[in-house]
Amino acid sequence: MLFFWKKPFAALVAATLALGAASAHADATLLNVSYDVTREFYKDYNQAFAKHWKQTTGETLTLNQSHGGSSKQAGSVVAGLAADVITMNQASDIDILAERGGLVPADWAKRLPNNSAPTTSVTVILVRKGNPKAIKDWADLAKPGISVVIPNPKTSGNGRYTYLAAWGSVIKAGGKPEQAKALVTQLFANVPVFDGGGRAATTTFAQRNIGDALVTFESEVPLIQSEFSGDYQVVYPKTTILAENPVSVVDKVVDKKGTRKQAEAYLKYLYSDEGQAIAVKHNLRPRNPALLKQYQAKFIGLPTFTVDEVFGGWKKAQADHFRDGGIYDQITAAGRK
Amino acid sequence: MQAVSPSTSPAAAVATPPAHAQVPPNVARATTEPAWVRRLLIGTALVFLSLFLFVPLVSVFAEAFKKGWDVYVAAITEPDAVAAIWLTLTAAVIAVPLNLVFGVAAAWAIAKFDFRGKSVLLTFIDLPFSVSPVIAGLIYVLVFGLQGWFGEWLMANDYKVIFAVPGIVLATVFVTFPFVARELIPLMQAQGQEQEEAARVLGASGWQTFWKVTLPNVKWGLLYGVILCNARAMGEFGAVSVVSGHVRGQTNTLPLHIEILYNEYQFAASFAVASLLASLALVTLVLKYIVERRVQQELKQSQTSTH
Amino acid sequence: MFLSKTLLRRHTVLPGFDLALGLTLLYLCLIVLIPLSAAFLRTTELTWPQFVDTVTSPRVVASYKLTFGTSLLAAVVNAFFGLLVAWVLVRYDFFGRRIVDALVDLPFALPTAVAGITLTGLYAGNGWIGRWLEPLGLKVAFTPVGIFVAMTFIGLPFVVRTVQPILEDMASELEEAAATLGASRWQSFSKVVFPILLPALLTGFALAFARALGEYGSIIFIAGNMPMVSEITPLLIITKLEQYDYAGATAIAVVMLVMSFILLLAINGLQAWTRKRQGK
Repeated sequence: MLFFWKKPFAALVAATLALGAASAHADATLLNVSYDVTREFYKDYNQAFAKHWKQTTGETLTLNQSHGGSSKQAGSVVAGLAADVITMNQASDIDILAERGGLVPADWAKRLPNNSAPTTSVTVILVRKGNPKAIKDWADLAKPGISVVIPNPKTSGNGRYTYLAAWGSVIKAGGKPEQAKALVTQLFANVPVFDGGGRAATTTFAQRNIGDALVTFESEVPLIQSEFSGDYQVVYPKTTILAENPVSVVDKVVDKKGTRKQAEAYLKYLYSDEGQAIAVKHNLRPRNPALLKQYQAKFIGLPTFTVDEVFGGWKKAQADHFRDGGIYDQITAAGRK
Repeated sequence: MQAVSPSTSPAAAVATPPAHAQVPPNVARATTEPAWVRRLLIGTALVFLSLFLFVPLVSVFAEAFKKGWDVYVAAITEPDAVAAIWLTLTAAVIAVPLNLVFGVAAAWAIAKFDFRGKSVLLTFIDLPFSVSPVIAGLIYVLVFGLQGWFGEWLMANDYKVIFAVPGIVLATVFVTFPFVARELIPLMQAQGQEQEEAARVLGASGWQTFWKVTLPNVKWGLLYGVILCNARAMGEFGAVSVVSGHVRGQTNTLPLHIEILYNEYQFAASFAVASLLASLALVTLVLKYIVERRVQQELKQSQTSTH
Repeated sequence: MFLSKTLLRRHTVLPGFDLALGLTLLYLCLIVLIPLSAAFLRTTELTWPQFVDTVTSPRVVASYKLTFGTSLLAAVVNAFFGLLVAWVLVRYDFFGRRIVDALVDLPFALPTAVAGITLTGLYAGNGWIGRWLEPLGLKVAFTPVGIFVAMTFIGLPFVVRTVQPILEDMASELEEAAATLGASRWQSFSKVVFPILLPALLTGFALAFARALGEYGSIIFIAGNMPMVSEITPLLIITKLEQYDYAGATAIAVVMLVMSFILLLAINGLQAWTRKRQGK
C-alpha cells in the first residue's frame, strides 16, 4: 500500500550486513579512541604507521578512529567501546579506565616514556589582528569590558586546561590561592558563551565574531588561521600550562582480541622520529629535544608548568576544582548574580 | 455530535482548493471573515512561518553551496559520508516499520475502546518525546553496556549491541516511538466507532473491519505518521551520539557525520550533508502530495462512474 | 480475555482489544519502560540525602526553571500560532498555500543538530535575522530567548498537524447554522468551532511541550550555557556524565522524567475530559 520502498530497502539492509561480515575477515584491525582535535593528526599518522608496519612485518593493518569529547570518549570505553588504544589529553581520562572495570593497570603511565605522553601542547591566547584590546597576559583577560571565549570546563578538557593555566600562572608568580581564585573568577565572568568543546568555541569566536579573545591549545592555532578568513594573532602569556597528551593500550581489549603486539607498536611509534615529525606538522609539541630545538620558532619557548607540579595531579585537580560543588562551581555561582 | 457528511470523507481532507471555497456566495459571506481579517491572519501566519521556518531552510542550502558545486558533491560522495548514509537508512528501515505496527495497535486500542488507565497509557506513549536524547541513549548503555545489566554476558559471547548498529537502531526506535501512534489517535478518536460497529453488525470479521473500514479512513494520518517517524529516525542526533562510539566510517549516522564535519571547520561540507536530509524531507513531502492527488483522482472517477 | 475483563468500561462489539492492547503494552515495556527503569535503578545508588542534594542544588534548580519555563512558553506560542496557521491553510486560498502547507513538516525533517547550527547562525549578531534584531536591543543567540526560538521551531508542526485534519473534516453546516441564528464570526468561532478543536489543540500542545522538554541537539548550540542563566537540564546531565557520575546524572534525569510525566498526564487528562464534555 504505502510501503513501496520496503523491498529495495530490505536489499539495502542485507547488503549492509554482508558488508559488515566481509570486513571482519581483513587482517588485524585497531581502534584508536581519541579526543576531539586530533582528527587531522591521526589521519596522517595512521597512514604512516600502516605503511611502516607493512614494511617491517608484512601484515596489513586497518586503523579505525573515533573522536569526541575526551571524557565522553573515555566513558564510552568504560561502557564497552572496544578500543585497542586510547589517546587522551588528560591523565584522569585514562585513570578512569583503571578505576572502573580494570581495563588498564593502575600504573599504566609508567609503561611509556614521559608519563606515556609523546606529545604536548600549551594553552595560548588568540586575539583579533592588531590586538586592539592590548591583551598580553592572563590578567588582561580578566579586566572588565573584555570578553573571552572559553569552552565549558565542565565538558571540555581544553576549557579545564585554560582554567588551570590562569590559576597556575598566579601561583607560579608567587601569588596565593585567594589571588588565583580572584583572577579566575573575573576571567570566567568575562565569558559570553560556554560552548561544549574547543572546536565549537573556535567557531563562536571566528565565525560568529564573538569575543575579543579565544583561549585554546597552541596546536589549534594554525588550523584556525588557515580555515577562517579573518585575521588573528597569537599572544603567548608570560607563563602557561603544559598539556600532556597521554596514551595507553587498553589491556582488556587487546588481550581478548590478540592485538597487543600491534597496539604497543602503534603507540611506541609515536615516539619515533617519523611519529614526532608528524606531530610537529600538526603543531603538537614533540618530546624529542632535537626536534624541539629545530622548530623553536614555531614552538616558542616559555616557562610552563604541569598539572602535577601546581595542582598535585589530575585526580586532585578534578576533586578540588571541577567536581560538582568544587571551586569552579563556586566561582561561576558567585560571578553571575 | 458530528454529522457524517460528505465533507468528512478522506478525499475532502485533500483541500485543493479548500472545501470552504465551494459554498455559494451568500453562505460564504455569513461564514467567512471580512477580507481585512483574512489578510491580517494570513500575513501574521506567513511572518511567523518565515521567521521560524522558511529562512532557516533557505540558509541550510545557502550555506551548503557557499563553496560551490564541487565541494558540495565531494562532501556527499566521500566514503565516510556514504557509510553514514547507509547506516542512517538501515536504522530508519528497521525503526519505522516496527513503530508503525505498534502505532496502529496502540491507536486501535485507545481510540476504539473505553478502558481504565487510558490517560496513563497515553502519557507513557508520549514519554519518549520528553525524555532528553542523552538519557534515551544512556538507558541503553545502562542495560547493554559493559557496566550494565547484560554487558558482561554480551562481551563474553562477542555480541555487540552498544557502540554498534543494534544499539543505534534501539536508540532510534525509542526516540521515534510515539510518532505514528500520536498521529493516528486524535484522528481515530474524532472518527468514532460508528463505522466499525456498523461493519461488525453487517457481519464483517475483525480483520475485515480493520482493513476495509478503519485503515482507509486513516490513510492520511498514517502516512503523516510514517513520514514524521522516518524523518526523525534519520535526523536523530543526541540519543544516537551516546550509543554510537563515533567510529569513523562505521558507526556514524548522517547527523553525527554532520557534527564531525562541523567540528573540522568544514562548514560548507557539513551543510551539504545536512541539505541531503533537508532534501529528503522535501522529497517525501512531494511524494505525499502526489499520492494525495492520485487518490483524489480515483475518488472523482468512482463518483462519476456511480452517478 | 483477561485485559478486556479487567479494563473495559463498556461492552463493545469491536474485537481485537486484547491483541492490540497486549501488543502495545509488550512493546512499551520492552522499548521504553524497562530501559527507563535502568535509569531509576542507577539513581538508587545514591542515599536519599545525596539524591536531594544533587537535584536541589541551585544550578540544577535554575536549569529546571529554564527548561520547563521556556518549553511551556514555546508550546503556548505554538498553540496560538499553530491554530492560526492551520486555520489559514484550511480556510483560505492564497498564492503558495500548498508549498507552505508542505513546508510545515520541515522542523521534523531537519536533524536537530542542523537546526541548532542553522538557527544559531541566523540569530547571532552577524546572522541574517540577528543583525536586524540586535540594534533594537534584542539579543537572541546565546540567551534564553534563543532557547525559546529553538523550542518554537521544533514544536511548530505539532499543533498545526493535529488541528488541521479536524478542521478539514469539520462540517460547515455547523457554522452556517450559527450564522443563521445570528452569531457574529467571532462568536461562531469561539463558541462553535473552537470547542470542537480544543481536544486536538490540547494534544498538539502536549506534544509540542513534551518535545521541547526533551530537546537537546537544536538547543545546545544557541543556548549560552551560562550557569544559572541559560543552562538547560540535559546539559547538566551531560556534565555529570563527564565526571563519570552516572548516579547523579540519572538522579537529575529521573526528576525531570517524573515532572514531565505528571505534566503530560494532566494535559492528557484535561484532553480526555474535554472530549467527554463534547459527548464523544
